[in-house]
Amino acid sequence: MRHLLGIEGLRRADIEALLDRAEAHLQGGPDASHVLRGRVVANLFFEDSTRTRTSFEMAAHALGARVLNWTAAGSSVSKGETLLDTVRNIEATGPVVLVIRHRSSGAPHLVAKHVRCAVVNAGDGTHEHPSQALLDAFTLRRRWGRLDGRTVVIVGDILHSRVARSNLHCLTALGAKVVLCGPPTLLPPGLESLGAEVSTSLDAVLPRADAVMCLRVQTERQTENFFPSAREFSRLFGLNAARAERLKPEALVLHPGPMNRGVEIAPAVADGPRSVILEQVAHGVAVRRAILEEVCR
Amino acid sequence: MNSTILFRRGRVIDPRNGVDGVRDVLVRDGRVAEVSEAPLSPSGPDVQVVEAAGKLVLPGFIDLHVHLREPGEEGKETVLTGCMAAVAGGFTGVVAMPNTKPVNDSVLVTEYVKAKAREARLCHVYLAGAITKGLQGEEMSEMGALVAAGCVCITDDGRPVMNAGLMRRALQYAQLFDLPVMVHEEDLTLSGKGVMNEGRTSTRLGLTGIPPSAEVAMVARDLVLLEETKGRLHVAHVSCEGSVRLLREAKRQGLRVTAEAAPHHFTLDDEAVGAYDTHARMNPPLRTRRDVEALREALADGTIDAIATDHAPHGVLEKQVEFDKAWNGVVGLETALGLTLALVREGVLSLQRAVALLTDGPAKAFGLPGGHLAAGAPADIVVVEPNAEWTVDSARFFSRSRNTPFHGRRLTGRVAQTWVSGRLVFEDGHIKEHR
Repeated sequence: MRHLLGIEGLRRADIEALLDRAEAHLQGGPDASHVLRGRVVANLFFEDSTRTRTSFEMAAHALGARVLNWTAAGSSVSKGETLLDTVRNIEATGPVVLVIRHRSSGAPHLVAKHVRCAVVNAGDGTHEHPSQALLDAFTLRRRWGRLDGRTVVIVGDILHSRVARSNLHCLTALGAKVVLCGPPTLLPPGLESLGAEVSTSLDAVLPRADAVMCLRVQTERQTENFFPSAREFSRLFGLNAARAERLKPEALVLHPGPMNRGVEIAPAVADGPRSVILEQVAHGVAVRRAILEEVCR
Repeated sequence: MNSTILFRRGRVIDPRNGVDGVRDVLVRDGRVAEVSEAPLSPSGPDVQVVEAAGKLVLPGFIDLHVHLREPGEEGKETVLTGCMAAVAGGFTGVVAMPNTKPVNDSVLVTEYVKAKAREARLCHVYLAGAITKGLQGEEMSEMGALVAAGCVCITDDGRPVMNAGLMRRALQYAQLFDLPVMVHEEDLTLSGKGVMNEGRTSTRLGLTGIPPSAEVAMVARDLVLLEETKGRLHVAHVSCEGSVRLLREAKRQGLRVTAEAAPHHFTLDDEAVGAYDTHARMNPPLRTRRDVEALREALADGTIDAIATDHAPHGVLEKQVEFDKAWNGVVGLETALGLTLALVREGVLSLQRAVALLTDGPAKAFGLPGGHLAAGAPADIVVVEPNAEWTVDSARFFSRSRNTPFHGRRLTGRVAQTWVSGRLVFEDGHIKEHR
């Protein structure tokens, strides 16, 4: 693939090939430190990020690349430079891949139309976060072997979640059932037609879950009246200890981070035996190595 | 100018006067002199003959809703380039919206645009004045002065009048001048930061949605106010099924309400946004297929009176950006005829009804001259080759802007000639004169 702009539209075989490659990296497979030797990977973060940026940086280093870490803060963006001018200027310095995080949905698509190098979407607005979905699927696949027939409940702010969209596409492509759960104000229309089951009751769907993925709830959504208070949200949609006890014995708990401990997830659950949250982070590097390799082929 | 023009043996469609058939149209001194079933044979050295056999001879089209961008944003369009685009599209009259810079809320701006239109000397440019000063939605503009200067309607187009009390007064006060109040129906508390229709596509793309209720709720409000005040209301760019239902009922009740729909709304649905194509970003947004169908029915059954383009030129800078930062709007003057005739080919409209929506309907909605071909009417005439196929190439637009979602689309029906007040202003792809 030339770019990785989203999971939507990828075939199961494409996804599995990436995950297989990530598995090889994780197992310490053949030395890959020459794959991008002497080449430059540009991390363009128009929006703040810790784990995704760090993870792409580690992955690029592991492939022998040099990394240009660019952030919008302190750049000409603050002088009103357009997105396209910014990326064209950076492209002119010679990177082979642009890894882009942007708060506008579709920004990487716009860039991909106007540059020659590869573009990897590292999270665009409320649209997609493909590398996150791949590492989530990777984490589940390592635990389960296959995803076919499994049920994954994604709970929280579905409306504003790029993680939910990418995971919906990715997990369903791999044969899992995805249940999207949250208050009606945070469940946008048309989710069923994208292949999801939709629920407004976490308690009703928990017993069926093989994994639960909690999404970060932003407190400013409260002032926008998507829900009355963090407390009420937590009471209805938070994965607290009592709810976690009603899960299947083997069920896993995921979170893409950063977490609001005590809101969407209780500390005891986040750090408990079901949690694979830190595995997700660790797997991120291997998955991103596979992505960078793929788009640079 | 003493001249006689004979349009010979074209198929004349003049919905207002119930004409549809092969006729000769005789024009003298800028006005229609006679429309005759029998061949006419005027004599004299100054008779110009237009052989129109196999072509349509129609009243010039009238667009109730265009943005000419002058004064203030001449890089996007000027009165001259806008008029060039108009006559290239078969429009002999356009109503220019007041959201220029400065806003047309004063005689000064009205006179300025009129002067530019006189200089362009291509088509009739009618002015819409602002309902409120500076389009701020707070104080009424001096409607009396605007009307005296030549404004034919008032509107805050581009913005709704959110203050219901003010809207009620505007509907009442405008009755002094029997002035239509044109409304951009959008409840801003419902549309919020939305950038496209709310639905499956916005969910998939992760773009903030604008629910249809943002429009429908305001249509409902204004129809309630209209019923109470007995004014004249014109609903601009109707985009969804709910609005159509309310308008149909209001017309049944006999309220003085008219409405328009834009070609992009009756042609495309929200899937045209595709992979974040900013050319498909407009306000109101493209809706669902079901809404498109509802608009088509409403065009056919008379619920919607006029096809208006909402011609909204924008430069590359406003469109080649992130979708949520792009400006709303598409250019429409040069593609309107082809998109309207597509509805005829698809069996949605009769040809007569399609012509009425471009001519008689808009003329009557605002009480404008033209829109028909009875003896004495201004000789605003468009000659159309109904079966000519062409491909939309935005690079060849006369408009100064290129923002269209229809670039590359095959259309059938081409403007061969446009005559304004008996003067040939456009022929076979060329502006004839503008000085």
